[in-house]
Amino acid sequence: MIRDIAIISGLTLAAALFVAGAAEAASPQEMLKRYEAEAKAAGDFPEGGFSAERGKAFYLAKHKGGKPATPSCTTCHTDSPLKAGKTRTGKVIQPMALSKTPDRYSDPEKVEKWFRRNCRSVLGRECTPREKGDFLTYMISQ
Amino acid sequence: MKTRIITLGAAAAALVAAGLATAAVSDERYPPVSDAMTKKECGDCHMAFQPAFLPARSWEKIMDNLSDHFGEDASLPADKVEHIKKYLMANAADKRWGSKMMRGVRKDWTPLRITELPYWKREHDEEVPARAWKDPKVGSKANCKACHRYADTGIYEAEEYEYGGYYGRRGDDEYKYKRKRYDDDDEYKYKRKRYDDDEYEYKRKRYDDDDEYKYRKYRERGERYYDRRRYDDDDD
Repeated sequence: MIRDIAIISGLTLAAALFVAGAAEAASPQEMLKRYEAEAKAAGDFPEGGFSAERGKAFYLAKHKGGKPATPSCTTCHTDSPLKAGKTRTGKVIQPMALSKTPDRYSDPEKVEKWFRRNCRSVLGRECTPREKGDFLTYMISQ
Repeated sequence: MKTRIITLGAAAAALVAAGLATAAVSDERYPPVSDAMTKKECGDCHMAFQPAFLPARSWEKIMDNLSDHFGEDASLPADKVEHIKKYLMANAADKRWGSKMMRGVRKDWTPLRITELPYWKREHDEEVPARAWKDPKVGSKANCKACHRYADTGIYEAEEYEYGGYYGRRGDDEYKYKRKRYDDDDEYKYKRKRYDDDEYEYKRKRYDDDDEYKYRKYRERGERYYDRRRYDDDDD
């Protein structure tokens, strides 16, 4: 009886820790590993790994297919990740460069939320894991 | 007779108290956003607007169309959308009595922007110059905090923004510039110094000491110094 209780509570604790661990995560490096796994699963992982140059080009490009008010990442985040950006309503956005805001990219839920929102706004579609990986590599390098 | 006076007095006092109470409520203060999830999620890109600003049907329409939120995608997981929608609709403008925000809002109209409400327009269109909305410090009409410094606590009162906000004295660039002039502008300082300058003092002294100059000055002004003196002398 007590053994059963111990087993069940131990399992619940392990499950809770597992869930909590998944919710909390991560470091930017772990996010990159995650996108690497996703890109490999999609058959899209580039030779030589993710590239900061490609990420930079992706960041600066003017994309078609998105919403007219947000043609590019630079619309709100300015032309450099080191600078603070501004939303269309005037609210300040902290710089995206990891060196400027070291606690960025550590919450997978938050990262995914903003990728979903902003990729749909700028590109009109979800970003592929390769694009996310390149982008994150660029931000980590800044 | 006495009881009549008492009841009338009590009624008057009650009316005054009610008036004062509503005055405290109807001053530009609105209940702040009390739901943490709403404040966080809706405060990502702009200040989380108080739910008392729009009717429930407007909040419902906004929350049902987050993927096209005023030109951007603001989508959220479905459970969060439901939670926030419930909170907003429960505390909406038409769920409160006597809400000024609902003035001029017909039942068949679902306003999506707070800035298109007749009451908002009335409050802002006359007092705020058009150039204010274009100023980079303000950015847009949705940037309440640019002028209403404590907007996120629900306080939008005139005294608060007049003297603290962007278009208040302390924030106004033009005023700051003028203040700086007092400190930095050498030319202005030079002009000030002239008051201490010897030449000016000399001229002033002439005014005080030189009778002939004084006389001339008085004549230029149409006064006759000599005649004035006559009034001043008690002996004559």
